[in-house]
Amino acid sequence: MNGTAGGRIITITSGKGGVGKTTASANIGVALARRGLRVAVVDGDIGLRNLDVVMGLENRVVYNILHVVRGAVDAERALIRDKRVAGLSLLAADQHSDKDDVSPEEMIEVCEALRNHVDYVIIDSPAGIEQGFRNAVAPADEVVLVTTPEVSAVRDADRVIGLVEAAGKPSPRLVLNRIKPELVARGDMMTTEDVLDILRVSILGVVPEDGSIVAATNRGEPVALVDGSRAGQAFHNIAARIAGEDVPLLPITVEDTGLLGRISSLFRAGPAADGGRS
Amino acid sequence: MSFLQRLFGGSRSPAASGEVARDRLKLVLEYDRAKLTPAQLDQIRDDIIEAISRHVTLGNGQVEVKLEAGGRLVAEIPLGRAASDKQ
Repeated sequence: MNGTAGGRIITITSGKGGVGKTTASANIGVALARRGLRVAVVDGDIGLRNLDVVMGLENRVVYNILHVVRGAVDAERALIRDKRVAGLSLLAADQHSDKDDVSPEEMIEVCEALRNHVDYVIIDSPAGIEQGFRNAVAPADEVVLVTTPEVSAVRDADRVIGLVEAAGKPSPRLVLNRIKPELVARGDMMTTEDVLDILRVSILGVVPEDGSIVAATNRGEPVALVDGSRAGQAFHNIAARIAGEDVPLLPITVEDTGLLGRISSLFRAGPAADGGRS
Repeated sequence: MSFLQRLFGGSRSPAASGEVARDRLKLVLEYDRAKLTPAQLDQIRDDIIEAISRHVTLGNGQVEVKLEAGGRLVAEIPLGRAASDKQ
């Protein structure tokens, strides 16, 4: 951990692309802000700007991180405030430059400036393990690793754990994303325990596959803003754990969406049988 | 598994793909973490055979070198009868 006063800098990374890193960054940001905390979410994917559309703020981007790096504007003034959630703001990526246009030192400088104004700086890292990843990890007090329970994603996650530790950062905490309860129940998906046993890291949260994420992202509304969704609840639990609360993991149970599902869950063996829906 | 079996939570098939995934990953990560390729492992085996044969006679069985869980490199080397006669 870094001894500097101010907010905590947390980098969200994954190695493999497409596992839900940007969605996780947006929703962790929203969920922390809804707890009354001040949050700046930073799009670290320079050249492939995405976080603004996922958060529904794409029409309000004036300045981006490159303006800050070049000294055209202060980091705090470049933030786009999210009018739906008090305390939440975004520092967008530049869409027309390259990852190599920003150095790890410059990224540290930007995030150090931001941490004076917020409780949390959340950096959405680009996929891969190259310069963009190194830029995103350099300022971090803590790294959160997002993966899905698939062989390719978990293998990449293992590599990232090694790189994060080699960078002198604490071992990352894991968000296991897009768990499909019906596949786990059938034995056709690795369980949370399997993945933790393989990666040997501690768990920050489990997020079930949830169609409402797609619908919410289509609308530019992070699912953590939508009450009543399972994935949204999972992100609120993750935010609570980041803030230091002890919240039990969301049970991975099959959604009893129809009569068939309900009958089926009555007969399903194992610890998931009680439904345990929260 | 039939639809009815699945509906009533029938027993897991012996080769549930989740377990296969876990076991394959464990193995591949042992190699990743040790920064070893199967080809290098073959080379190590050949080097071991050469080194050991300088001192003792090897038996007929296969010399096996494998990476085990926890990053342990294990070699199994069958020795020939003459081994016990040598100094």
